[in-house]
Amino acid sequence: MAEAKYETHEYDVVVVGAGGAGLRAAVEASAQGAKTALVCKSLLGKAHTVMAEGGIAAAMGNVYSEDNWQVHFRDTMRGGKLLNNWRMAQIHAQESPDRVLELEEWGALFDRTKDGLILQRDFGGHRYARLAHVGDRTGLEMIRTLQQHAVHQGIDVYMECNLQRLLTDGGRISGAFGYWRESGKFILFKCKAVVLATGGGGKAWKVTSNSWEYTGDGVTMASDVGADLLDMEFMQFHPTGMVWPPSVRGILVTEGVRGDGGTLKNIKNERFMFNYIPDFFKAETAATIEEAERWYEDKRNNRRTPDLLPRDEVARAINSEVKAGRGTPHGGVFLDIASRRPADYIRRRLPSMYHQFKELADVDITAEPMEVGPTCHYSMGGVRVDADTTATTVPGLFAAGEVAAGLHGANRLGGNSLSDLLVFGRRAGLYAAEYCKKFAGTVSLDNDQVDSYAGEMLAPFESKGNENPYTIHADLQECMQDLVGIIRTEAELNQALMIIQQLKQRSQNVKVEGNRHYNPGWHLALDLHSLLNFAQAATLAAIERKESRGGHTRDDFPNTDVKFAKVNIIVRRKNGEMNLSQEPLPEMPDDLKALLEEKK
Amino acid sequence: MAEQLVNMRVWRGDAAGGEFKDYRIAIGEGQVVLDVIHAIQAHQAGDLAVRWNCKAGKCGSCSAEVNGKPRLMCMTRMNTFAPGETITVSPMRTFPIIRDLVTDVSYNYQKAKEIPAFKPKPKEADGTRRMYQEDIDRVQEFHKCIECFLCQNVCHVIRDHDANKPAFAGPRLFVRLASLEMHPLDTNDRIELMKQKAGLGYCNITKCCTEVCPEHIHITDNAIIPLKERVVDRYYDPIAKLLGLFSSKNK
Repeated sequence: MAEAKYETHEYDVVVVGAGGAGLRAAVEASAQGAKTALVCKSLLGKAHTVMAEGGIAAAMGNVYSEDNWQVHFRDTMRGGKLLNNWRMAQIHAQESPDRVLELEEWGALFDRTKDGLILQRDFGGHRYARLAHVGDRTGLEMIRTLQQHAVHQGIDVYMECNLQRLLTDGGRISGAFGYWRESGKFILFKCKAVVLATGGGGKAWKVTSNSWEYTGDGVTMASDVGADLLDMEFMQFHPTGMVWPPSVRGILVTEGVRGDGGTLKNIKNERFMFNYIPDFFKAETAATIEEAERWYEDKRNNRRTPDLLPRDEVARAINSEVKAGRGTPHGGVFLDIASRRPADYIRRRLPSMYHQFKELADVDITAEPMEVGPTCHYSMGGVRVDADTTATTVPGLFAAGEVAAGLHGANRLGGNSLSDLLVFGRRAGLYAAEYCKKFAGTVSLDNDQVDSYAGEMLAPFESKGNENPYTIHADLQECMQDLVGIIRTEAELNQALMIIQQLKQRSQNVKVEGNRHYNPGWHLALDLHSLLNFAQAATLAAIERKESRGGHTRDDFPNTDVKFAKVNIIVRRKNGEMNLSQEPLPEMPDDLKALLEEKK
Repeated sequence: MAEQLVNMRVWRGDAAGGEFKDYRIAIGEGQVVLDVIHAIQAHQAGDLAVRWNCKAGKCGSCSAEVNGKPRLMCMTRMNTFAPGETITVSPMRTFPIIRDLVTDVSYNYQKAKEIPAFKPKPKEADGTRRMYQEDIDRVQEFHKCIECFLCQNVCHVIRDHDANKPAFAGPRLFVRLASLEMHPLDTNDRIELMKQKAGLGYCNITKCCTEVCPEHIHITDNAIIPLKERVVDRYYDPIAKLLGLFSSKNK
C-alpha cells in the first residue's frame, strides 16, 4: 500500500501554491467546510505575489465616479486583443471591487483618497485610475493579509513542500505526490480535489522578473494527467525591467512609475512612444506631447499618454528603439520620473523602486532617469478552465491565477493579475469544495503509479550520466531568450523545439551530488521536467499561431489575421505526445459585444 | 570590467555540525552576495542549501550573516567589500540549522499564530470604511515588514538564550502587534498578551533590531516603546491604581 510506504495525508481539497490565488482558494474552501491543505514550495508569505508592486485593478470608482465594471471589462478585452474568455473578463470586472473590500475587512490598509476611501492609481490600458494600492508594495500587503487570515482560520499549511505529480483514479483526481524540501522525503496526499495555484513558467527565460519557483509546475502536472492547455503562445514581456548592472537584469520596475508620471525616452531624449500608437488605440491616446502633458493635469478632457499603452505595445516599442540604435549604452531606454515629480513625492509613491535602484544600481531615481528594458514576466496561457467554476478538463482538478488561462487573452493589463488571483482564487476554493460535497464513491490510489513516480524522482542520484542540472537550466534559458522571445519567426521556433528535445534527452542523464537533505541541485533536476514541458508547449503553440497579436509577435506574420482572431490554440497530451488543435472562442452575448463597440 | 576572482567562506553542515568551506569564484559587475552563492551552486557545489525568491529585497528569504553582520544576501553588493577580502557567509545564529545557510524559522510562524486576529469595528452608516492617510501612515510603516527575521536573529533576548523563546515573541511580532493595536478599525485587546505571553518586558530597547531592519522600520521607537507605554498605562498607572484602591474600598 502506498499509504503505508509514504507519509500520507487525507484531505478534501489540496491547494498547490500559496500566492494570492492559492491563499484565497484555501480560505474559501476551508470556509465552505472542506478539509483543506495548503502546500507551497517556499516559506509561507514568500510566493511571487509578494513581489507585485503596482496594485489591484477594481472598478470601485473612488477616484473617477464614471468607472464601472463595463469599462473595466472593455479595457481588459481590448488589452487582450479580444482573445480573452469573455465570461471570465465579465466575472473578473464585476467581482474584483468586492474582493478588494474584503481584504480591507481582513486588515489590509490601502493608500487613501482625501475622503478616506481606497485610493486608485493610473495604469497601462485602464481608462480610469483604477488600481487599489499601497505605495509600490501592494503584493506584500495582499499576501500578508491573506496569510494572516488563513493562519487564523486554522488551515493546515505544508511549507517547503514540492508537489510534482497529480494522481488520478478512473480519470478523476485522487491525490498528489511530491517531497519535503527539508528532508527530501516523499509525501503523498489523498484527496478528492486539487486546486492548482502554481503561477507561471517564466524561469524558462533568461531575462525574467520571475523567481526560482516559476518552473511551470502546474501547467506540466495538469498536462501530464490529460488537462487541456490554452493560449500557451502568449507570454508577457513586461516593458520595464532593470537592465544594469548585469546581475539585476530583469528585475521588475513597476508600471506605477509611468502611472504616477514617468515617461519613456530614447538616447536622443525623444518621447518615442508617440511613434508607436497602433490604430487600435488611436482614438483613446494622446497624439501629441502637448496633449499628453495636459492629461497629467486634466484627465477628463484629454487623452492619455502613449507611455501607458498596454504592455505588449510598450515592450515592442522599446525593443524597436534599441534595435534601431536609439537605446541607452546598456541596451535599454530611459524611464524618467525625476523631471516631472518632486523627490518626496517619488519616495512616498515608489519607495521600493527608490530603494531598489539606489541599492542595486547606484541610481537616484529622484534625480536621474532609470534604464529599463523588457523582461519576461507573465504567462497569459496555461491550463484551460471553465469560466465560472475554474474546473479544468480533468474532474476534480481546478486552476486559478497565472496557471489558468483565458481571462487575459493575448495580453494582460497591469493590475489585472492581483484581481484575477482574488476573484478566481475564491471561485476555485468555492467550486472545489462544492465538487467534494457532491463527490460519490471512494478515493483510491494507484500504488504502482506512486512507486514509479518515486523512482523517477530519485533517478538523478543513481544516474550514470554527468549532466549538471544548473547547466541544462541555463541552456534552456538561453534558448528561450534567443529563439522564443518578444519577436519570433518560424525558423527560430523550430530550432528552439529541436534544442528543447535535446535538453530533454540530456536531462535524462542529470547527476546530482550530495543527499536528499535540502538539496537545491536535486530540486532543480526535478524542476527541469516541468520547465522543459512548459517551454515545449509554449513553443509549439507559438508555431501554430501564424499571426501577431498581444504577447505573441511573429516577424514572418507581422499582422493580426481574422482567421486567428476567432480561435484558441489548445495543447493536449495524448500517449505522451503534445498535440495541437484550434478551437473556436466562446461566442460573446450581444450586450457585451455592444460594450466593446462603444466609442470612447 | 574584467572578471574578478573572490574568496568566499561559506558555512556547510547540518544540525549535527559543520564547518566553513572556502570557494574561489569569478564574479561579474554589480553582483550581490546571493549571485555569488548561486555561482558556487552552479559550478562548484550543486547541493549548497540557500533560501531565496525575489532577489530584490522584497520577500525576505535570503537572510544570513555576512562577515558576521545580519543581511539580506540579495541586497549586499560585492563592491562594498575591500578587494581581496575573504567574505564569510554563515546562517542566522538564533534559529536551529537545517542545512548550510538554511535555518528552521518555524518559531516565528508559531508566535504569529498566538496573536489574536484582526477584528474590525462595524462599517460606517453608508457602508464604507473611512480612514484618513494621516491615521494609517504609522501602521503602513509596520506593514512594510518582509518577514526576513533579521530582527529576531539579532535580538539578544533569544540570540543566545533558547530558553527565553517560549515566553518571548520578538521584535517582528512586536511590529505585528503594534500594527494591530494602532489599526484604526481593530477592536481586539492584546495588552495582556503583550505583557504576559509575548514577553514585551524582556526587551530593554537596545535597538539592535532597528539597526538591522532592511526596510528601515523604526521597530524600537515606533512599535516597541508605544506598546510598552500601553502596558504601563494599563497595569502601572499610579492614578488608575489609586482610583482602583478607592473603588475596591467602597465595595
